[in-house]
Amino acid sequence: MSLDLRPARTDRRARPAAKAPPRSRLARFELKFSPYLFISPFFLVFLVFGGFPLVYTLWVSLHDWGLLSGNRDFVGLDNFAYLAGDGDFWRAVVNTVGIFLLATIPQLLLALGVAAALDRRMKASTLFRVGMVAPLVTSTAAVAIVFTQIFDRDFGVVNYLLGLAGIGPIDWTVARGWSWVAISAMVNWRWIGYNALIYLAAMQAIPRDLYEAAAIDGASRLRQFWQITVPLLRPTIVFTVIISTIGGLQLFTEPVLFGAGSSNRMDGGAMHQFQTITMYMFDNAFGEDRYGYGAAIAWALFLMIIAFSLVNFLLVRRAGGTR
Amino acid sequence: MTAPLAARVRRRPGRMRGLWDASPLTYLALVVAIVLSLFPIYWMIVIATRGNDVVADVPPPMLPGGQFGENAARLFANEDAYFLKGLLNSAVVSGAVTLSTVFFASLAGFAFAKLRFRGRNALLLTIVATMMIPVQMGIIPLYMIMVRLGWQNSLQAVIVPFLVTGFGVFMMRQYADQAVPDELIEAARVDGCTTFGIYWRVVLPALRPAAGVLGLLTFMQTWNEFMWPLAVLNPDNPTVQLSINNLANAYFADYSLMFAGTTVAVLPLLVVFVIFGRQIIGGIMEGAVKA
Repeated sequence: MSLDLRPARTDRRARPAAKAPPRSRLARFELKFSPYLFISPFFLVFLVFGGFPLVYTLWVSLHDWGLLSGNRDFVGLDNFAYLAGDGDFWRAVVNTVGIFLLATIPQLLLALGVAAALDRRMKASTLFRVGMVAPLVTSTAAVAIVFTQIFDRDFGVVNYLLGLAGIGPIDWTVARGWSWVAISAMVNWRWIGYNALIYLAAMQAIPRDLYEAAAIDGASRLRQFWQITVPLLRPTIVFTVIISTIGGLQLFTEPVLFGAGSSNRMDGGAMHQFQTITMYMFDNAFGEDRYGYGAAIAWALFLMIIAFSLVNFLLVRRAGGTR
Repeated sequence: MTAPLAARVRRRPGRMRGLWDASPLTYLALVVAIVLSLFPIYWMIVIATRGNDVVADVPPPMLPGGQFGENAARLFANEDAYFLKGLLNSAVVSGAVTLSTVFFASLAGFAFAKLRFRGRNALLLTIVATMMIPVQMGIIPLYMIMVRLGWQNSLQAVIVPFLVTGFGVFMMRQYADQAVPDELIEAARVDGCTTFGIYWRVVLPALRPAAGVLGLLTFMQTWNEFMWPLAVLNPDNPTVQLSINNLANAYFADYSLMFAGTTVAVLPLLVVFVIFGRQIIGGIMEGAVKA
């Protein structure tokens, strides 16, 4: 209402409103406020279910908070102090980072290779692209179940193939390093095609003349790839590295289902050998009724994601810059 | 966007023609990649259509059998999985979230792209910033909110927090910016359209391709959601992902049952992919160019 008291604007649309018949005033009101109305659903949903919970996590983390027990004692930074010396937490950190490295580095390198191959002129290129992104349209939980069987010690296809080469059998769920390899295989499998498509889109935007000139100068294909393609792809690579970092450090579904058959799925194996940070957080909150401590873990993970993203961002930028 | 450009560059005759052709080695590498990429899906179907007796076979069975009906019947009769309920729940949840996301995201995207209002740029920047926040990290307070609202174990809990995403709004804004001519909006305005009328009659039809891609991505993502439903829903009122999780918990040695479950859980996504695969690929690649 108060907006109606302001002097009428002189542009074309405002002119009829100056006479202020009821319908025009309504129309002007509508014109002013409908943008805010249109964008409000996002902000409403985000404030209530996204922004508020994130901040409130900090408040919860300062308490000894149980939903079943009814406890809600303020304990200050005790949860964080405990976290710093909690061996279970640090083991989960090591597991998460280990799986993250095994899942991200091959993923992005192989995606680069696949994209370079798809970038060639070839027959049935659509077929190849569709085949490469098919893993993306499966569900993570379903795929984790299938992979768990494929990596089974006694009946798995992987051990069968390794057996043909005289290796194994490997007990994938028991050995810490091998369990990481099996879980990263699921992540790699799912995301290589997606990243390859993203790289491919960026590669197609590179002018072909650059390669022509390099070829005339006698640069090999490999050299063209490292000295033309990769540097020009740098912003795209940074983007995929950040996305993989955010997703990889929160890894949850794959390791949870990989522990099929154990008494507590959130343990990540009998020796916690593949328990990730998110599983540890989930177990503390929803399993042990320690929501305060769970919230502290959530914040630690959040800070870790920010730190890792920054470090990766700087690394990729420098690596690209020196080439 | 880039496809026509690339096609034009490539079509040009000359020495580049031979240089850019894929070599036999490239084909070979891609065929290997495709085989690896498709094998787990194929393997899932092989076991889902056979009995448990073949799992221990050496060498492993490589062709589908004829027992899918039998396995599926056991699946739907299973009392721990609540499989039919899980499927229906997933359909309801994914459908609701998809419709709502497409509607609210295109509405907001239109406002950001085509309407002038105070604070527009700052608000858009806020939305981009929220895309960086891993929302999963607020899962504990989110659960507390649901307890307070009395929504545990009800479907609202897995629908309402995801009614619209920052990603959706941003994607629609980018598309609306270039796909809807300002003159069209002005003309509709002169004809006496309300702002919502303009959205409904002029903007939404023009946004249809991007809205379709957003809808597909949202549907797949919601169908796939695991951690939050696991936290807030009970095993007796699951989404389909929780159903197969129930199965994996209780029947981890009964592979043909579990694999029948995973096959049915993945089937709707594969159908969507077979029909709309090209659009999905286009959406990923176009999004990549804009990012």
